[in-house]
Amino acid sequence: MSDTPKRSPESSEDPLDEQLEQVDPAAEPGLAEELQQERARETGPADQESDDRWQDALRRIASGGWAVSLGAVLLAVLAGSLMIVVTDEAVQDAAGYFFSRPADTFAAVGQAVGGAYSALFQGAVYNFRADTFAAGIRPLTQTLTNATPLIAAGLGVAIAFKAGLLNIGGQGQMLMAASAAGWIGFGVTGLPFPLHLIVAVVAGMLAGALWAGIAGLLKARTGAHEVIVTIMLNYVAYYLLSYFLATPGLMQAPGSGNPRTPPMQESAILPPLLGERYPLHWGFVLALVAVAVVWWILNRSAVGFSYRAVGENARAARVAGIDVSRATVSVMLVAGALVGLAGVSQVLGTSTTGFGADIDAGIGFDAITVALLGNSNPIGVLGAGILFGAFKAGGSAMQAAEGIPIEIVLVVQSLIVLFIAAPPLVRAIFRLPQPGKAPKKKRPTTAAKEVSA
Amino acid sequence: MTAPAVGSAPAQPQDAPRRVSTVSRKTTVALGVVLALYAVLLLLVPHEGSARFALSTPSDFFQIPVYVVPGMLTAWLCGAVAAVLVVVSAVATRARRRTPTWVVGLYAAALLIGFLAWAAAGSPRDLSVVGLLGGALVLSVPLVYGAMTGVIGERSGVINIAIESNLLAGAFTAAVAGSLTNSPWVGLIAAMAASALVSLVLALFSITYRVNQIIVGVVLNVLVIGLTSFFYSLVLVPNTETLNATTRFERIPIPLLDRIPVIGPVLFDQTIVVYLMYLMVPGVWFALFRTRWGLRLRAVGEHPRAADTVGIGVLRTRYRALLVAGAIGGMGGAFYTVVSINQFNREMTAGAGFIALAAMIFGKWNPIRAALAGLLFGFATNLQNVLSVVGSPVPSQFMLMLPYIVTLFAVAGLVGRSRPPAALANAYTKE
Repeated sequence: MSDTPKRSPESSEDPLDEQLEQVDPAAEPGLAEELQQERARETGPADQESDDRWQDALRRIASGGWAVSLGAVLLAVLAGSLMIVVTDEAVQDAAGYFFSRPADTFAAVGQAVGGAYSALFQGAVYNFRADTFAAGIRPLTQTLTNATPLIAAGLGVAIAFKAGLLNIGGQGQMLMAASAAGWIGFGVTGLPFPLHLIVAVVAGMLAGALWAGIAGLLKARTGAHEVIVTIMLNYVAYYLLSYFLATPGLMQAPGSGNPRTPPMQESAILPPLLGERYPLHWGFVLALVAVAVVWWILNRSAVGFSYRAVGENARAARVAGIDVSRATVSVMLVAGALVGLAGVSQVLGTSTTGFGADIDAGIGFDAITVALLGNSNPIGVLGAGILFGAFKAGGSAMQAAEGIPIEIVLVVQSLIVLFIAAPPLVRAIFRLPQPGKAPKKKRPTTAAKEVSA
Repeated sequence: MTAPAVGSAPAQPQDAPRRVSTVSRKTTVALGVVLALYAVLLLLVPHEGSARFALSTPSDFFQIPVYVVPGMLTAWLCGAVAAVLVVVSAVATRARRRTPTWVVGLYAAALLIGFLAWAAAGSPRDLSVVGLLGGALVLSVPLVYGAMTGVIGERSGVINIAIESNLLAGAFTAAVAGSLTNSPWVGLIAAMAASALVSLVLALFSITYRVNQIIVGVVLNVLVIGLTSFFYSLVLVPNTETLNATTRFERIPIPLLDRIPVIGPVLFDQTIVVYLMYLMVPGVWFALFRTRWGLRLRAVGEHPRAADTVGIGVLRTRYRALLVAGAIGGMGGAFYTVVSINQFNREMTAGAGFIALAAMIFGKWNPIRAALAGLLFGFATNLQNVLSVVGSPVPSQFMLMLPYIVTLFAVAGLVGRSRPPAALANAYTKE
């Protein structure tokens, strides 16, 4: 079944030519195009102009620069502070007599917010209370450990984005990868150290790739919407793993009634990167390699070019001779392998003492935010993954030290992404100069170009 | 679906839509594959004994005795009926006609009855049909409301990945407002307001600031999960009695109607939120396809520039659509805390918003079909609950998996390429 069977004879003359003109090879591929494939299939000429709007908006986002990013982080942190202040009991008490002694309220506010963010920093980067530098730097390695699966899974979501696919199936892909890698990790005996590890890692990534490949195949062959398919596959994977874990003889630890696997064997564990005292393991290096590989695929390889072309405009890509179905399937395979790496690093690196059906820990969904914040480019995903890893590490420390629920981290993270995506809002709030005039000047020239072309 | 015809070939207005709809073997193949799986299941796990179907409840006008049927025989008979229907579908496809809907419907019914007969065979307990259907209806309520939220928003051209956050915000607010006032009605209205507020944020960022709509949706989900969980742990948990213990809506049996066997207890002995759902679904359909408001909304979703040219305010229409959609989603959210149970829990919607999204796409952006898809999901979930009572031979995990696998087959085989509103995900800027 071809990718667009609806192209019946009577619609064959539709805006293909114009679509082709529209594809400017210099144009930046970007987030705005994720649903391009859907859109391009049916859109009329009028929508192409709004594509331009999107690129316009994107260009503005890109040119927003550090001021906007900084402003976004600042706003998000402010909102977080507000939540801390509102719920802090000392502040509430002091606010009760605000008009008699306002200074008390401000002191309480300062203490609540200062305590929270200092705990966050000490939990994520450097612990000042530690005796030695070696102990003080431990939180940073925790951050990088947390970042490992986020980076890998974020890459998996980002590369699918580039091809216009929204991979919400990170959870399922991680679970299948964790099952395969875990099963090899505890079930296969007699293999020497590096070989056992390599087999387990490869098996995990393959399982993730196959699971995502189902979605790619269904999308390419039948047109089933990848959002539905990946969501459904998440549930199927979850219950499949639950079944494996609840069945003695499959994956349940022998002699235990809990739905957990036995611990991994020594020979299949990702070794620590900086020695036993730090949690950081070689999974982080694998994630870095993955960043480099994805960068290479997207920017230097023919396959990557076909992904981006399909993501920008599937119809034009087809006319240009790109096999859209093949690109769809293969990008999902690559995406699944990357998300699978996240699952592998969880079971073979982070929690090697056996795992349950919650091993994905929401990373499959966090990965979407990571990919968005990283603007779907590999280097950006690396940065976003480390930032979110830091929030996770710091958030737990903050919860332990100050009793502030770790969910506040979710709020701050999501607000950062939201504000970064809307620079005009941030500029308006901080009264930064709106680059409103520049696009207005540009617009007539681009319009003129279109006319002349 | 009247809208898709707008974009297709104007030369043959009568034939064009029919031509566009695919005549492919996918449906037949999907039906065949499912039937084969069914046969394999029966062969591998034969299940002797008889199945007992209870159709009546004590309050009915007249009592229907418990049906006792031989399990395996019934299962194979139903399989045979389904096989005949597959052949009908194959013949239709050969003749270049689409598989009629009644064939698919009968096929599904036959396999379902067969499956139930097989699963319940040998069990001493009655399989309560009323319990099966009634539970399914109740489980599908948030899904149907959520799907309505999605349909209205997306028909106006704004993707709503954030249905989950509509539901969750509604559930949270209904719990707090309902507990403070001891009135489920206040909870319901507060939920609608909170959910509309969530949609307003979606609208602000995706319409005014033209942020990618999927980004906004995904981020809103995280934001609302974060906010509700944060305040739940810090504020609701220490003050459970005052802030998180609602009075629930009572069931209101509709006189006479509730005594019709099977249908009565299932449909007409429910809470007001369910009755509102009966009105809501056709209401949304009517509003979208038979009113000026709906025509304009769909115009904005299909071709905003054309709509703008004839004087429809694109941004205003989208804002209004999202607010209305949000309010409807809030009712689904309120269901959790003022109908289903009487308190809020962390992330209690548990992905229902995504299922609602799937139901909407499954239903091809049509309110009626989306509601039916929502009912299907609810039914499949409840099927597992009922079968675990009867003592199903299949491991419960596979039963729980079933709705999602059925959806996969349905989406791949029966629905195929679904066609969203043309201007979906496009921000609009006036020239």
